[in-house]
Amino acid sequence: MLRNDIAITPELIASHGLKPDEYERILDLIGREPTFTELGIFSAMWNEHCSYKSSKKWLKTLPTKGPKVVIGPGENAGVIDIEDGDVAVFKMESHNHPSYIEPYQGATTGVGGILRDVFTMGAKPIAAMNSLSFGEPSHPKTRHLVAGVVAGVGGYGNSFGVPTVGGEVRFHARYNGNCLVNAFALGLAKADGIFLSEAKGVGLPVVYLGAKTGRDGVGGATMASAEFDDQIEEKRPTVQVGDPFTEKRLLEACLELMKTGAVIAIQDMGAAGLTCSAVEMGAKGNLGLRLDLDKVPVREENMTAYEMMLSESQERMLMVLEPSKEKLAESIFVKWELDFAICGETTDDLRFRVIHHGEEVANLPIKELGDQAPEYDRPWVEPFKAEPISFTSIPAVSNVADALVKIIGTPDMCSRAWVYEQYDCLVQGNSATVPGGDAGVVRVEGTNKALAMSSDVTPRYCEADPYEGGKQAVAESWRNITAVGATPIAVTDNLNFANPEKPEAMGQFVRALQGLGEACRSLEFPIVSGNVSLYNETNGRGILPTPTIVGVGLLKDVTKMVTIAFKNDGDELFLVGGHGTHLGQSIYLRELFGREEGTPPPVDLAKERKHGDFVRAAIDKRLLTSCHDLSDGGLAVSLAEMAMAGKKGASVPLGQSAHMAAFAEDQARYVIAVSPANAARVVADAAAAGVPLVRLGTVGGTALDFGTAGKVEIETVRKAFDSWLPEYMGGEMA
Amino acid sequence: MRSAVVLFPGSNRDHDMVKALASVTGHTPTVVWHQDSTLPDVDLIVLPGGFSYGDYLRCGAIAARSPAMLDVAKKAAAGVRVLGVCNGFQILTEAGLLPGALMRNAHLRFVCKEVKLEVANADTDFTRAYSKGQVVRCPVAHHDGNYFADAETLARLEGDGRVAFRYAEGTNPNGSVNDIAGILNDAGNVLGMMPHPENLIEALHGGLDGRGLFESVAKTLAA
Repeated sequence: MLRNDIAITPELIASHGLKPDEYERILDLIGREPTFTELGIFSAMWNEHCSYKSSKKWLKTLPTKGPKVVIGPGENAGVIDIEDGDVAVFKMESHNHPSYIEPYQGATTGVGGILRDVFTMGAKPIAAMNSLSFGEPSHPKTRHLVAGVVAGVGGYGNSFGVPTVGGEVRFHARYNGNCLVNAFALGLAKADGIFLSEAKGVGLPVVYLGAKTGRDGVGGATMASAEFDDQIEEKRPTVQVGDPFTEKRLLEACLELMKTGAVIAIQDMGAAGLTCSAVEMGAKGNLGLRLDLDKVPVREENMTAYEMMLSESQERMLMVLEPSKEKLAESIFVKWELDFAICGETTDDLRFRVIHHGEEVANLPIKELGDQAPEYDRPWVEPFKAEPISFTSIPAVSNVADALVKIIGTPDMCSRAWVYEQYDCLVQGNSATVPGGDAGVVRVEGTNKALAMSSDVTPRYCEADPYEGGKQAVAESWRNITAVGATPIAVTDNLNFANPEKPEAMGQFVRALQGLGEACRSLEFPIVSGNVSLYNETNGRGILPTPTIVGVGLLKDVTKMVTIAFKNDGDELFLVGGHGTHLGQSIYLRELFGREEGTPPPVDLAKERKHGDFVRAAIDKRLLTSCHDLSDGGLAVSLAEMAMAGKKGASVPLGQSAHMAAFAEDQARYVIAVSPANAARVVADAAAAGVPLVRLGTVGGTALDFGTAGKVEIETVRKAFDSWLPEYMGGEMA
Repeated sequence: MRSAVVLFPGSNRDHDMVKALASVTGHTPTVVWHQDSTLPDVDLIVLPGGFSYGDYLRCGAIAARSPAMLDVAKKAAAGVRVLGVCNGFQILTEAGLLPGALMRNAHLRFVCKEVKLEVANADTDFTRAYSKGQVVRCPVAHHDGNYFADAETLARLEGDGRVAFRYAEGTNPNGSVNDIAGILNDAGNVLGMMPHPENLIEALHGGLDGRGLFESVAKTLAA
């Protein structure tokens, strides 16, 4: 058993991830040597994940305010106003490292954690999404990771009963040693029904709710301390185990409890479990907090204070209770067969005290632990930026149709049905879309309005130019929300980068954030919540910079929503934004010629806004029968996706430089379909708004006909699109 | 038409079912907690979809032994209509109210997609608003929907017209024997089915094909 009087050595400090100067700071703060448990508490609070010590300086530069922002970053999730007294509560968070070690449980606990963040605030989760980045398909671990992560995401969300309405899956060699699992959840609440973690009032009971505490997830720190105590169960995985059944009951019990007025403050136990939740509640409320560990429900015997404070067992909450409602509160948890234990109280001394077996094992200043953690200004250098490539060095293909079939059957471009069919996208009965379109759309129960959401980032763009790549991630999410007819409101971000102690990686982070910030400011699309995941690298090689963005928008009348599917033969097709020419960093160049070269397409935010506002207004006037944004693979891929979704072809003759028109990835563009009766009006509206509009052709037939640039049956495209992923996943394990 | 939906810990399509019943029949069903040993006097009892008790042990096995299910069995024996959808179907087989078992999907993965259902028998309390042989759309969402029964039971089910729905047009999503998607008990008052008609009842869902099932029960009771 780990005792509390273990000697604090430099090795022990280092194994807790604390730098010598950070330890000096601890000594200064408390005026003595910390106990072993206290050292664990400091390491939990001051690590990168909990303290944001490398990123804080830059996160502060992001736009987080706006007329629709109710609560910005700093709480469990962001909150936006969606009118009529309703608010949407959402956030995205990574579970990258655990998912690489144990893909199924890593992914389930990622989903469970983000759902808890949302319902801790009093919101009922109504939609989930995820963004998954895996290594190259030929890497021996990739198939195992895809299978496990996808099953894990589904395993948790399906059982919990939240529809997974969309997401992203990508493959790239730079994720070979470090996959990314970013989970998003969105919940619905009333504006006056939001709960916060800030404790209020002295001498009030602190209550432990949910599942019991075990030794799971005690973390690397405990593993590292095995050398001086060989009785610790060093083989126990550091990855937590998810139990969606308990989480579902915890949701029901919490929402029921919140209605009774018994909850003064509430905080879920996520990273660093009991430590982080208790310190946060106290520090935010300018109160001290005393925890009696002997009252904490445990599922294993002889747990030490250190283990209990650092356990990351799932499906747990901490709450400050209105004392007069104690019996009522307890009865709700008994009904749902969950633990309910008063295990502490709020105090007025701004100390965080932990009692175990009658002994005080920790007594620390709560503010310094919580909101006054170290903060770094990491040195950074201007990151790598790819050189532009000349038009003349880009090979042309004469048959666009053949090229399309090749491109649409590649790992990054093919159908994700194998993945999303493992996710329940319908439960709750409010889903207006199925995955595979531009944005996921979920109706707000009992109303005619809906929320649209889309997860986006193009990591190869971010690698080639972090600043433009950052802008592009925001712009694409904004565009996808616009393409269904919704008005973008706010975003959550999940910033996945490499080792911030390397100036080049820090430079990627800084530049990408500047790009994100500029796009969010320009599009009035503030960031209301988010998560930073650094140190995503293996053997010195970092991941592609991956700032995942999930935007959320409001569709006031869900019956006005459009999808990507072609609807009627004879509808006219237009390209909003005009033909493109930019093939640097394109799918075309990468998939057909193996070249990841050039600068990414620049994002003109004024244009982005103008074109998007035009499209949204046209949808609002019911002038469009379908709409799809242009992104990876350009015009040809968008047309193919629209044709497959609608089971209808189109005739779109492409003239000279057809390969450029077909596959350029210039931004701020959409394909729209319009009935012949409305075509003249749409053309006139575009001219009045100063939006370039190119007439592409008409919907109809069973093929995509590019004129002299080739023709292909939709069935042929469909086969290429549908085949790759199931065949890959069904193949022999490497 | 008075109906009740039984709520187990882990049920998650209870609310979808309540909405569907209210939308089609005009009456909001009573929600009954699984610990209640007496159900109200209703015309239709529904066991909704979800993961009762986390699907731990076996899907539906623990829920089948809840106090509410003892009364469901009693009422079913007395002729009250009982509908089990998805997890509800699993609970009905575990409770012995329907024959056979629902095994893990043949491909071993959870599957959520739209399938085609053929109305194999339109002369039942749950299908009379459809016509025999009619093919309707319906979503599925399950991990354990692979219906199996021994040869003798199957012959009896088929011979007595107790197969209500079959997966059609090659859309069997789980490997079910004879493409079986839904079956009736011997008396014809208990139906279990894996697909989710309650998720295809309004324009937002992209179709209304699921309404027929609830309209059928209402029609039966009105007769």
